[in-house]
Amino acid sequence: MKLLTFKGGVHPPEKKELSKDSPLETFRIPEKVYLYLVQSAGSPPKLLVEKGEEVKTAQKIAEASSLISANLHSPVTGVVEDITKMFHPVLGAPSDLLVIKRTSEKDEWELLEPIDFESSDPKILIERVKEAGIVGLGGAAFPTHVKLSPPKEIDTLIINGAECEPYLTVDHRLMLEKTEELIVGIKIIMKILNVKKAVIGVENNKKDAIDALKKFSGEGIEVVALKTKYPQGAEKQLIKAILNREVPSGGLPMDVKVVVQNVGTAVAIKEAVVDGKPLIERGLTVTGEGVKTPKNVVARIGTPIEELIDFAGGYNGEVDRVVLGGPMMGIAVPNTSIPTMKGTSGILVLTKEVTGSIYTRNCIRCGRCVEACPMNLRPNVLYKLVQAKKYDEAVSEGLFDCIECGSCAYICPSKIDHVRHLKLGKKVYRALRRGK
Amino acid sequence: MMVRTFKTTTAPHVRHPDDTSKIMRDVLIALIPVTIFSGFIFGWYAWVLAIVGVFGGELTEYIIMRFFRKDKNFIPDGSASVTGLLLALNVSVKLPLWAFLVGLIFALVVGKHIYGGLGANPFNPALVGRVFLLISFPVQMTTWVKPYWTKFWMSPWDMVTTATPLAMLKEGGSSAINSLKISDFFIGNIGGSIGEVSALLLIIGFVYLMAKKRVTWHIPVSYVGTVLIISTIFWLINPEKFGTPIFHILSGGLMLGALFMATDMVTSPVTPKGMLLFGAGCGAITMIIRYFGGYPEGVSFSILIMNAFVPLIDSFTKPRKFGEVKQNG
Ligand code: SF4
Ligand code: SF4
Repeated sequence: MKLLTFKGGVHPPEKKELSKDSPLETFRIPEKVYLYLVQSAGSPPKLLVEKGEEVKTAQKIAEASSLISANLHSPVTGVVEDITKMFHPVLGAPSDLLVIKRTSEKDEWELLEPIDFESSDPKILIERVKEAGIVGLGGAAFPTHVKLSPPKEIDTLIINGAECEPYLTVDHRLMLEKTEELIVGIKIIMKILNVKKAVIGVENNKKDAIDALKKFSGEGIEVVALKTKYPQGAEKQLIKAILNREVPSGGLPMDVKVVVQNVGTAVAIKEAVVDGKPLIERGLTVTGEGVKTPKNVVARIGTPIEELIDFAGGYNGEVDRVVLGGPMMGIAVPNTSIPTMKGTSGILVLTKEVTGSIYTRNCIRCGRCVEACPMNLRPNVLYKLVQAKKYDEAVSEGLFDCIECGSCAYICPSKIDHVRHLKLGKKVYRALRRGK
Repeated sequence: MMVRTFKTTTAPHVRHPDDTSKIMRDVLIALIPVTIFSGFIFGWYAWVLAIVGVFGGELTEYIIMRFFRKDKNFIPDGSASVTGLLLALNVSVKLPLWAFLVGLIFALVVGKHIYGGLGANPFNPALVGRVFLLISFPVQMTTWVKPYWTKFWMSPWDMVTTATPLAMLKEGGSSAINSLKISDFFIGNIGGSIGEVSALLLIIGFVYLMAKKRVTWHIPVSYVGTVLIISTIFWLINPEKFGTPIFHILSGGLMLGALFMATDMVTSPVTPKGMLLFGAGCGAITMIIRYFGGYPEGVSFSILIMNAFVPLIDSFTKPRKFGEVKQNG
């Protein structure tokens, strides 16, 4: 069978074997959870509780404040101990933080009313997705209800089971262990979008997941095997591989009649609708050569990553950095008191041996980055334009088409940090535009 | 619970193990067979030039970086040895050592570092050095010795000089080169620059680089292919005057140029399409110089001329951005 894929990309060592065979384990309810108010893309939700107030598990504690914003629920039963500020790794700056101290080891739930999705109106379903505070669990953490109400006609739902980031295996485990929940989630999304066709794209390194899902295919749900290549799971590349449609430059998947949802998000949607459970915990992979026993864990949102590293057997070897997410796009954290967030798909502990010492040299114009760029850009030209502060030229070279996948920097023999330059370029250009 | 602190670096957090110095090392390895062989053909002095090229190149670059560009953290990347070795392979064994050194320093200073060092130079530094030597020492650079099979103890000063096959052709037409056998070209039993002697060993070296994924076939194939097409046409028109296609391909450093000089990453296009255009341009200009120009060979000049067109070729062959709306589409 021919595997579907896109042009460009790279093949970093997969390292999935570290954790792919360890089933999801539920982590204990932490003594304290640390919740950033900013858990998703868009504007921060409005706080509904005060310091000292008692909260129940799954109680709504902050409410979406604008169109692009998501509700937040308490992951534990306890009391709001503090409302303070702490460094936020995604924002790169201090940000509002709630500290909730657990008062009961047993959850006192405040669940939502279960919904029978088959007989209910799509509007009620999407309202539930919104109410449950669901965001994209693949990493970008975009509020899901927004993505599920596109202003354009959609004909296909794509479920992203590519999990192309090395090391991460949580989606793999979800597909194996929560296959039925996932399928129900997909059916709910299909109903919301009013589409007849859903395609689950899975990289071919997860053959067991493909087989498991195939048992449930039919009724408009199809499973396809994708070539194992990074970034196969990037939305635009995924759509190109599966449907051979190209999202126009500057456009969104809906411009080609597609909505993409991650497998974890689909499972969360099932739980929100069928079980009435808001997004208060998620699966994530705690892995890397830097922990003793890499695992897949289900943990409450706001769990300090140090506790999860402990749970994975503690540190191993000479640790160089700890990353939220995968090694290609993840964010390195300054310390391990940082908690997990809704968008945290993994905690990656990398040793010095893996990260190596990076000595950057001049570009030798080898062309590898051009070949690797899944957006067909010229990263070697782009980073130089940004360095030379020629922002307008960089934009016409495709600065904003860059999906920051890191393929260029990964492959570069001169170890150039294209992504750092390009991110900076985008930021400066936006700031300059605003200044005008 | 012990909180640990770490440094924060930007993604990606893993990198491909290849780096520039590994690429340069492999280019040097690829040139070893032809370098060793050249000593057996032209005597031990060829080896002296090669060794001086490698170490002199590194030393020169080190001095430039540390004392003129004041880079205290400079770690050599091996590109200067590649330039030095290529320059050695591109001169006549009659060139005195001091003249070679002058050429080497010129190559690195004027060919490379005045532009800002590796990656910033538009022209192939070894070819810049070679052309400088051709202009400054025309006699020594174009006095070729007759090859002496396996007599590596011979010193170049005792060797009999000869004309290169291309010069013979230019002087006396095809009949002047009738005595030369194709196998001699292929194996390397002909007069010429040190490194242009054996097409076979050059190809072996290049295949090694391809196997290591350091280079692609595009430039050599389009370069040699273009030469093949043009020389076939001319040969069919006038076999008396123009020489056979195979002769053109195997002589005058064409193989060395197409495989190792034109493929220099820094001074060639980045995309496969661009590389094909670049190679074709090199081939066409080489043949124009050979047929109509003042020099009998033309490889160096054609590559240097095409080097100047690389920015143009690059922007002409820019890949279509993903999702870019096709015009009139
Ligand atoms: S991969 Fe690095 S060295 Fe090669 S062209 Fe791109 S930026 Fe330059
Ligand atoms: S330029 Fe952007 S899209 Fe292209 S490889 Fe680099 S990070 Fe990925």
